[in-house]
Amino acid sequence: MTQPVSPPRDSADKMPEAAQVPSWRGLLARADVRILSLLGVLAVLVVIGGITKPDEFLDTRNLQLVLTQASVIGVVTVGMTFVIMSGGIDLSVGAIVALASVWATTVATQEYGFAGILFTAVLVGLGCGLVNGVLIAYGGMVPFIATLAMLASARGLALQITDGQTQIVTIDSVLKLGERGSYVLGIPPLVLVFALVTVIGWLLLNRTTFGRRAVAVGGNPEAARLAGIDVRRQRLYLYLLSGLCCGIAAFLLIVLSGSGQNTNGNLYELDAIAAAIIGGTLLSGGRGTIVGSVLGVLIFTTITNIFALNNLQSDVQQIAKGAIIVAAVLVQRRTANAT
Amino acid sequence: MSHIPSRRGLLFGTAAVSATAVLAACTSNETSDGDEDAGTSGQPAADDQPGKQVTIGFAGPQADHGWLNAINDQAKKRAQKYSDVSLEITEGSNDTAQQIGQIETLINKKVDVLVILPADGKALTQVGLKAMRAGIPVVNLDRIFNTPQAYRCWIGGDNYGMGFNAGQYIGEKLKGKANAKVVELAGIDNLELTRQRTQGFDDALKNYPNLRKVARQAADFTVESGQAKMAQLLQAQPQFDALWNHDDDQGVGALRAVSQAGRDDFLMVGGAGSLSAMQAIKQDKGVLKATVLYPPTMAASAIDLARALGQDKGVGGLAEFEIPASITLYSAVVDKANVDQYMPTGFR
Repeated sequence: MTQPVSPPRDSADKMPEAAQVPSWRGLLARADVRILSLLGVLAVLVVIGGITKPDEFLDTRNLQLVLTQASVIGVVTVGMTFVIMSGGIDLSVGAIVALASVWATTVATQEYGFAGILFTAVLVGLGCGLVNGVLIAYGGMVPFIATLAMLASARGLALQITDGQTQIVTIDSVLKLGERGSYVLGIPPLVLVFALVTVIGWLLLNRTTFGRRAVAVGGNPEAARLAGIDVRRQRLYLYLLSGLCCGIAAFLLIVLSGSGQNTNGNLYELDAIAAAIIGGTLLSGGRGTIVGSVLGVLIFTTITNIFALNNLQSDVQQIAKGAIIVAAVLVQRRTANAT
Repeated sequence: MSHIPSRRGLLFGTAAVSATAVLAACTSNETSDGDEDAGTSGQPAADDQPGKQVTIGFAGPQADHGWLNAINDQAKKRAQKYSDVSLEITEGSNDTAQQIGQIETLINKKVDVLVILPADGKALTQVGLKAMRAGIPVVNLDRIFNTPQAYRCWIGGDNYGMGFNAGQYIGEKLKGKANAKVVELAGIDNLELTRQRTQGFDDALKNYPNLRKVARQAADFTVESGQAKMAQLLQAQPQFDALWNHDDDQGVGALRAVSQAGRDDFLMVGGAGSLSAMQAIKQDKGVLKATVLYPPTMAASAIDLARALGQDKGVGGLAEFEIPASITLYSAVVDKANVDQYMPTGFR
């Protein structure tokens, strides 16, 4: 049952700081300074957690807990990063997670099993993403409005499907995924999915034409169009991607909570946007980093964890969250201007 | 209540009036030989016999939560039970402005009695006053208005009592244990009711000097938040003896976190009385041993009171001619011993 205590991953990653800063210029260096500063924030949090609650915080189980809790919102944030990077916004992510989770769990109560839940969640996510994408790319709607409409209607539909009742999952194979017995080398399967989505997201952004096009569309859509990019189709794909991430996140949430509820995913849109922004993604589009977004999510989850371990109340947590968003963005502006 | 009835309303009204007349004749025949004052002098208490036709307007919050959903269900089912009650129900809303608009619509429709479960009692006080001034008596359900002028009768649960009874139950169970540790998983912290539940719980714990509350975290009444907050609490407290969770819906998530952490070394008391919680108590396999009620049947009782109000009757079983001004329900503790009795009131 007990796993050996592994050191927090960020302490190892702090090393290259000194070598990087002076010699590099341009976009790459700026991105790295940003990521290093986020790692610094995370390191400071780890130190605070370690000092205030050494036994509970620096514990394998706690590391597993923090990463598990980051997984659901983390997967959503990867999709959101692509959308924001392209100059758009997806306000409907929380509602899509809710709709996908209740649709999948009402199917679950009809005994379609593990595959039924997984496919329903992913398909509902993709379906909502498709609607968003078509409205925005081909219907010419502003992303803010189109996804706001999706937010309202998906939440309404989720409420209608459940009739306000919590859908409890009874399929053992689904529930087991969230239990200790199914950990792979001490890593919860949810965290593995989160890691996989992060790696795929990073490859997609940094190593494929798709990623370059997403950045180009966000930076200057007209230039992108003149360069031969099908801007509309690219936009459609991006909202599809965000919907897909929401569907995966909904499945993770079902595994985690053993249920589907229309209140699921409440305020995910704000958490995901906040994480992407402090991770260095420009709200106006044209720039974004997957690693930064994921670090943003980890910072928020670690703060929540430290506060809970120290028995601080939710009001203090919310204030601190706001303060950290402001501080992170201010620090980034300074570092961005300096180079 | 002067309004122009529709033709159908007129027909129904006439039918109801004649039915009442017939019934009145019957009852007067039956009772004439016995009681002298009960049948003739004052108002009789409300019973299941059809009486004057009453239109009840019902305005509740959005049923996005098991308990609130049960509230709407209870109200509808109870109204259907009476042939002399027609229910005008508005679509639930958590938006104060929208709910005010809905209640104003019901006032304009000139319903006979209003039953209001406000999304926010304080914010809706003015519209309660407006209804009362328009001559429509208000039955205020659960979340209380700021002033008694805004309602004729208040009926609701006892949040303080919930906390208190949960604390007493835990206290009795851990009586012999020295230095027992207690943990609290609260509901939404910016709701008055959450503070009352915590206050009652703390007061009860004071009666047991061997108990100490070592941690308290607030969740959001949702499964998701229950799982997340409970997982943190379990990590923060490697050992404790009892847990009180304010709400059975978030309790689904809390229980999930408990099983994910593989913990079974404490007893848990839930809150509100959901069906799944009662089933778990009956099975007696997990940590959940009891739940303190916050019964959604109060909505059915509110319909009873509204009907009695509309028919100028008192409440059966009481000596009074009028319905009371305020009724606070009891937060019974449901555990394995009495769970069968309460199971039918459990909500999904």
